Amino acid sequence: MRDVAIRVERLSKRYRIGVQEEKYETLGEKLIAWLKSPITNYRRLRGLSHFDDRDNHREDVIWALRDVSFQVQEGEVLGVIGRNGAGKSTLLKVLSRITPPTQGRVVLNGRVGSLLEVGTGFHPELTGRENIYLNGSVLGMSKAEIDRKFDEIVAFSGIEKFIDTPVKRYSSGMRVRLAFSVAAHLEPEILLVDEVLAVGDAEFQRKCLGKMQDVAGSGRTVLFVSHNMPAVTRLCHRAILLNQGHLVMDGPAEEVVAQYLADAANTAAARSWDLAEAPGTDELKLTSVSLVNGRQQVASVVSVEDELYLRIGYRVQKPGLRFRCAAKFYTQGVCAFATVEPTETVREKEGTYWSTVKIPPHLLTEGEYWVGISIFSSRGRKIHYVLEDDVIVFQVTDPITGNSARGDYTEPFAGVLRPKLEWRLEHAS
Amino acid sequence: MSAVSHSESSRGRRTIIIEPPKGWQPLNLRELWEYRDLFYYLVRRDVQVLYKQTVLGFAWAILRPFLSMIIFTFIFGNVAQVTSDGAPYAVFNYVALAPWTYFSTALTMSSMSLVTNANMLTKVYFPRLIFPLSPVVAKLVDFAIACAFIPILLLWFHIRPTWNVIFIPILVIILMMTTAGAGMWLSALGVQYRDVKYATQFMVQLLMYAAPVVWSVTALTARLGHTGRLLYGLYPLAGVIEGFRSALLGTVPMPWDLIWIGAVSATVLFFSGAFYFRRMEAAFADVA
Repeated sequence: MRDVAIRVERLSKRYRIGVQEEKYETLGEKLIAWLKSPITNYRRLRGLSHFDDRDNHREDVIWALRDVSFQVQEGEVLGVIGRNGAGKSTLLKVLSRITPPTQGRVVLNGRVGSLLEVGTGFHPELTGRENIYLNGSVLGMSKAEIDRKFDEIVAFSGIEKFIDTPVKRYSSGMRVRLAFSVAAHLEPEILLVDEVLAVGDAEFQRKCLGKMQDVAGSGRTVLFVSHNMPAVTRLCHRAILLNQGHLVMDGPAEEVVAQYLADAANTAAARSWDLAEAPGTDELKLTSVSLVNGRQQVASVVSVEDELYLRIGYRVQKPGLRFRCAAKFYTQGVCAFATVEPTETVREKEGTYWSTVKIPPHLLTEGEYWVGISIFSSRGRKIHYVLEDDVIVFQVTDPITGNSARGDYTEPFAGVLRPKLEWRLEHAS
Repeated sequence: MSAVSHSESSRGRRTIIIEPPKGWQPLNLRELWEYRDLFYYLVRRDVQVLYKQTVLGFAWAILRPFLSMIIFTFIFGNVAQVTSDGAPYAVFNYVALAPWTYFSTALTMSSMSLVTNANMLTKVYFPRLIFPLSPVVAKLVDFAIACAFIPILLLWFHIRPTWNVIFIPILVIILMMTTAGAGMWLSALGVQYRDVKYATQFMVQLLMYAAPVVWSVTALTARLGHTGRLLYGLYPLAGVIEGFRSALLGTVPMPWDLIWIGAVSATVLFFSGAFYFRRMEAAFADVA
């Protein structure tokens, strides 16, 4: 039986956010407020760290974490997801002892290392070499440990030539590489990671993910906070979902990610409009867009192996309109592909129509896809009836069964599409 | 930090328990010791960065007290004719300015340490005491350089130091404890109330005139009597500066009375500062 590495018991954290300024009507009131300001300022500043029970009901007091309990087994990689302000970062700050909890208890078994931000403590005037030692010791490495890993760190960062140059002369990319390289060589028993993957270019993100995979595979306990849902589903078996400081779900990563995406505002994998609000013109209104799987179910998390249907519903309000529907699929910040109805057909009657396009399995890659819809006619004068970006969003995951384009390759996979192609092996003899 | 306790589990793994902070905290010297490498690198950083991209570099460590000496010698030595216990005013003044400059620069830096390192404070954990303590050590380099100029002055004025110079390390320890104590108090207050920054700048100026930098305690004893002298000794810089003068210039006997009283108040300041800092440190990341 494995030991518990992290035990969080009814953890709560209270913060006071900025108190709103009061407004004064007259000069007299202003003057009095000004004279009283040292006292009010003192109360305000003191209030940042002092609370009493009456404060719980005030609106400037927020609970960043409320009664959060969970356990992480040794060697487990736990994903922590939630919207901005859900309490993810606060959770990591409490676990890494940067800020104390208001209530509750945490038990950590093992040395803790945190990657809340790479490059903490970097000093621009110091050289790369000096910064490796400074940053390494800030992250909790001993001098002996850094001495031992120094060459490896430098090699990983790829900036050997500039190691004795002050960091202020580095490009920002070099700085990030050096910083990540130091962080990547931290070897704690429990690793806390926050959003490191959100910074840097694609190449850097790839390197980070690869390193995370190594860490996850090496039997260390990892708590991984991220907005990168494919990374969460790939790296973690289990995830927890936080919402407004509460832990709302704890379970297999795929299910928790699906729940999170379903909650994410109105932009889910299906969307519909009342006629009054529907995008479009007087002649044509977009009424619904949904992504469904082969079983006709709306699916916000789909497998790369699923056959999918994008269903566009619209209401024609003027008979005899001629147009075609089109969809654009965006991922990783670029348009992965577009698809259009092959011809502009005339819709003879008023009423609601649906145009459906089938997306074959093994086309999309892992990740989030945003779908934009347009309905237009380009015969003669070009008319756009509908032109909407980010209409729906869905998540593609790869369960890595061996049947996808990955085969048994498990590392990060580049590209915005992932067709399953045939490979043939020949030998020259 | 919060009530954090450590223990070694049966498997040799460290167990850390994090709970809400409750009042006064122990100093946790063991943890400080574990972070000695970080302490070393932060001190090193402070030393290395100080004179980067300057022309004169570490010469500034001598120039600052030296230029002050020239001005004070003119104003207080020549114009105001302040007594210097028989020593040339310049050397009388410089011997005080060396420890004084250390005290004022290290204290200013220490009191601001949490604010200037706020980005580290909110990103990683390590014993927060390292922040105000590292300038106290880092500034010793400047102090040592400033002191290296003293033998030159003594040669110039044909003064032979006394055997009491062997006690100078004790004086330096009192000086460091005073600086660290005040630094811990002010940095813990300053992270929440930025008024401390302005108050410190002003206070350091006043403290210089309160310390026997430009004048001699002999004059004060003559005016206030023995009790007044002992009360004045509560200000640790009094014993330290007079001790420096006595050891290096031999003008007055070693002022052990001032030194011992100063040592007691420096110790009180140091430990009260350390405990106050530990009590407040839980909130640092939230208010910084």
